[in-house]
Amino acid sequence: MSTRLPTLGRLIDRSAPVKFRFNDRHMQGLQGDTLASALLANDQMLVGRSFKYHRPRGIVAYGAEEPNALVNLGHGARLEPNQRATTTELFAGLRATSQNHWPSLEFDIGAINARLSRFLPAGFYYKMFIHPRPLWKHVYEPFIRQSAGLGRAPRRADADRYEHFYHHTDVLVVGGGLAGLQAALTAAQSGARVLVIEQTAHWGGRAPVDVTADPDRSHVNGKPVDTFVEQTLAALRAMDNVTLRTRLMGAGVYDHGYVLGYERLGDHIPDADGPRHRLWRIRARRIITATGAIERPLSFAGNDLPGVMLASAMRDYAVNHAVAAGRRVVVATNNDDAYRTAIVLHDAGIEVVRIVDARPAGGLLTDDARARGIRVETDRAIVRVKGGRRVSKVQIGSQSGTGGALDEVACDAVAMSGGWSPVVHLWSHCGGKLLWDAAGAFFRPDPERPPLGADGAGFVLPAGAANGETDMASVLRDAHAAGCAAAQAVAGTAPDTAAPEAASTPEAPLDPVWLMPRNARADLRAKTWLDFQNDVKVSDVQLAAQEGYESVEHTKRYTTLGMATDQGKLSNINGLAILSDALGQPIPATGTTTFRPPYTPVSMGAIAGEARGPVFQPLRRTPMHGWHAENGAHWEPVGHWRRPYAYPRAGESVHGAVMREVTNTRANLGLLDASTLGKIVVKGPDAGRFLDMLYTNMMSTLKPGRCRYGLMCNENGFLMDDGVVARIDENTFLCHTTTGGADHIHAHMEEWLQTEWWDWKVHVANVTEQYAQIAVVGPKARQVLEKLGGMDVSADKLPFMAWADGTIGGFDCRVFRISFSGELSYEIAVPAGRGMAFWQALVDAGADFGAMPYGTEALHIMRAEKGFIMIGDETDGTVIPQDLGLDWAISRKKADYLGKRAQQRRHMVDPDRWKLVGLETIDGSVLPDGAYAVGSGRNANRQAVTEGRVTSTYHSPTLGRGIAMGLVRGGPDRMGEVLTFPGTDGKIYKARIVDPVFFDKNGDKQNV
Amino acid sequence: MLTLRCPVCGIDADETELSPGGEAHLTRFGPDASDDDFHDYLFTRENPRGVHFERWRHSYGCGKWFHAARCTVTLEVFGTYSAQTTEPPAGIRAVIAEKRPGWSWRGLS
Ligand SMILES: [Zn+2]
Repeated sequence: MSTRLPTLGRLIDRSAPVKFRFNDRHMQGLQGDTLASALLANDQMLVGRSFKYHRPRGIVAYGAEEPNALVNLGHGARLEPNQRATTTELFAGLRATSQNHWPSLEFDIGAINARLSRFLPAGFYYKMFIHPRPLWKHVYEPFIRQSAGLGRAPRRADADRYEHFYHHTDVLVVGGGLAGLQAALTAAQSGARVLVIEQTAHWGGRAPVDVTADPDRSHVNGKPVDTFVEQTLAALRAMDNVTLRTRLMGAGVYDHGYVLGYERLGDHIPDADGPRHRLWRIRARRIITATGAIERPLSFAGNDLPGVMLASAMRDYAVNHAVAAGRRVVVATNNDDAYRTAIVLHDAGIEVVRIVDARPAGGLLTDDARARGIRVETDRAIVRVKGGRRVSKVQIGSQSGTGGALDEVACDAVAMSGGWSPVVHLWSHCGGKLLWDAAGAFFRPDPERPPLGADGAGFVLPAGAANGETDMASVLRDAHAAGCAAAQAVAGTAPDTAAPEAASTPEAPLDPVWLMPRNARADLRAKTWLDFQNDVKVSDVQLAAQEGYESVEHTKRYTTLGMATDQGKLSNINGLAILSDALGQPIPATGTTTFRPPYTPVSMGAIAGEARGPVFQPLRRTPMHGWHAENGAHWEPVGHWRRPYAYPRAGESVHGAVMREVTNTRANLGLLDASTLGKIVVKGPDAGRFLDMLYTNMMSTLKPGRCRYGLMCNENGFLMDDGVVARIDENTFLCHTTTGGADHIHAHMEEWLQTEWWDWKVHVANVTEQYAQIAVVGPKARQVLEKLGGMDVSADKLPFMAWADGTIGGFDCRVFRISFSGELSYEIAVPAGRGMAFWQALVDAGADFGAMPYGTEALHIMRAEKGFIMIGDETDGTVIPQDLGLDWAISRKKADYLGKRAQQRRHMVDPDRWKLVGLETIDGSVLPDGAYAVGSGRNANRQAVTEGRVTSTYHSPTLGRGIAMGLVRGGPDRMGEVLTFPGTDGKIYKARIVDPVFFDKNGDKQNV
Repeated sequence: MLTLRCPVCGIDADETELSPGGEAHLTRFGPDASDDDFHDYLFTRENPRGVHFERWRHSYGCGKWFHAARCTVTLEVFGTYSAQTTEPPAGIRAVIAEKRPGWSWRGLS
């Protein structure tokens, strides 16, 4: 059983008990515990089930690399799945539940998969679910969905707050262990700004734990390691140019020194004010990765049973939290470091029944262990671990054998160590390459091939164990050198200081051990786990190699090795060693899979930051927005704006409101908030010349006081925007754009002015939001303006397509006599701040004339009745003006305009292009939007031939029938022909090709 | 995420402040152009492994276009310069020539 020890526990406060719940069992831990250490203190070794076979899983690691101990944390609006117990600090009232089992952790139906394991080999899903195809939808997919995913997704909106934080620094140090602190101190001594981040709550890393086994022989500058950590921290804290942050994980390194950090502010104090997580967006000139190393498991049969733990983790739990993972422990190792665990446990009163050392002669610490009476056996392997939900005994045999057991010992925990792998993730994220270090049997950063920054120099500097250094003295020397290099790069000078002197227990080299015993039989290999969370075994990787998988990336995906939430932190090297062996090639020839950010998972909340709810995308409001809301507007999103779609009255449907608004505008008076239309001022001596290039029409000949409808194309010839241009004076034009086009048309103008015609004397300004614009539309439009009084708006003084400045009802305004409805119409612009008052004046004065506001749908119907095109309906980025019968708006006199040359290309002048026509259903019904007209015969792909499609379709209350516009092959030449449109509703619609102008063809209504 | 110094306002701008505009120093072909020339102007772009000249706009800053010379392999930035030019200026070319000996582009080096 696992228990709390009477001694040790450097991080816990024995006087501060903390109550928490695990699977509805009430438990007690201590202040300073992690959830993992508290569970172990309560003898809760079984914490979950594996993904594929639902095998019982115990805590195997101490930190971020933990693959097994994943829990649902919290409840309700604070439920979060897949939280690692090892990195969850304990707090009072914590609630956690285990994952991936049903009905309970102890008894799980899914564990039957384990019985079927020989039927679930590598690539099982790919092999099994291919055939027969019809089974996919109703059998295979539901099965896979049922078994997919770990943990429970929260059902409620996240109750917590998150934020982003921007930070610029000269040097970023990732990792607050000995190497990180020393590198930071050295770099900071140059005066450079230094940010040091540490993912845990504690400084000093694992050195203070490791020296516990041998304090007499370990010191830095002649002092205990703890003292050195304290003094270095104190020195850093005293420097104004240094920022120190704990609980802040370096998640990813990106181009040009961009780093994402993940700070967990509230996880350990859930009721505190402020954000729970913070995403740091860091820009650093140099990044020192002092991210340490991760111990590798050993591959022996039964290494996944609860109670089998990394040797360093077992030592960490003992030294930091006074928790022993078992009462009788077997230690299996290929190196000296695991002896420290044996010594620490032994000295704390735990029985270490064996040290099983795979090396022929043991190491330098072998004598230390034997001197304590610990039985050490060399050239030995664990052949198999036995037990159910917990280790019960271990069979021991020869490391060079095939699995014959020479001995069997009872125990309740196994500490394993296969050596250490530097954490090279951050080095690798942005392209840093790796070297195989044969002595240490690990990949470490290749100093010749670092990730390169904007200046062409390497910007990541690995330090300490992350750089492959193992003993304390060389770690500190390496860190000092990294600090000097960073200082030199950012401050132009390195401090004139020496690295601290350090001493630690000497170690003998390890023997690479990738399988225990070396020639283990097939039945043992099929029980030897590489990836504990995803259930990938040695036999699976060997099978993949046998089936022809040679690339490590392919093998990863085929077997799912390293694809679990821990991203292969434990399994990576062991897996590719097995693959290399199976392929008969050295490990560096196989290489590693790609390291991708984030280093450990980052909460979705942190990624979203403040951008949620109403802040997700800011809303643009016209000056009359509030009035529309108060008057029942049914909103339509248009770009970032909300525009009234219609104003339904009590008891009225939206459709009914639209019909009423159209009818009233045609009969009486309608008011439209047109403020969202883009308004761009183009000014300068070359303004006319510039607009002649931008529009297909001739704009330079427009007289001041007059308006002209214009089309804008891109260089591909495609129509991109339209609108009315008013010439204000000789040098000034006001260009109206579509609502959605204002920003990008302004950008389009700037682009051509800045990058092609930079010597032309023109300025452009987007003044869209400076004006409120109201369309006063209908037969009584002039009457209401005359009632308000002011400028002369008569047909003589202000004819169609003219504009004038003046006052109406006391409001300074600019009146454009333009019409998008075919009615007598004035579009009146007033300063934005006067918009609401002017709107109200029109509403009040209009009451006598039956004035009603109308929305975008009535606007659309009225323009369709008149055959006016709408950008985005009749156009889709592949339509040229000629397709829309707009040749009249294309100047033939101009030598050039954007799109002119493209419109001469062969495909653009193809007589078979689909062209704009009106469509009238035979029965008066409304054609489905987007429906395609089918012709006779089949195309080369044996599909029905299509010969047109519907671009706009409405019920016209004016005409009492459905009307539509569409693009039809050879359309204008096929007037009167009836086309067939199959609807997605199964009905067949028949419509006749007609002129697209359905209403008032002569324009009598607008020209009054 | 790249950082480029906007030569107009002098700010070291994060990529999130910038909009990419593709290859720089294109020659516009107009109504008199041959089919081939116009096709190349519209669609044919260099895709070098190494030194490249690009258009960028400081969209969420001063709004101005500028050009950047950078290496598409290492992401090294040789410099940024005005968009109001038809070829990379001598200063930029000197930096590239020093860092990439033997480099040449459209007869320039
Ligand atoms: Zn700028």
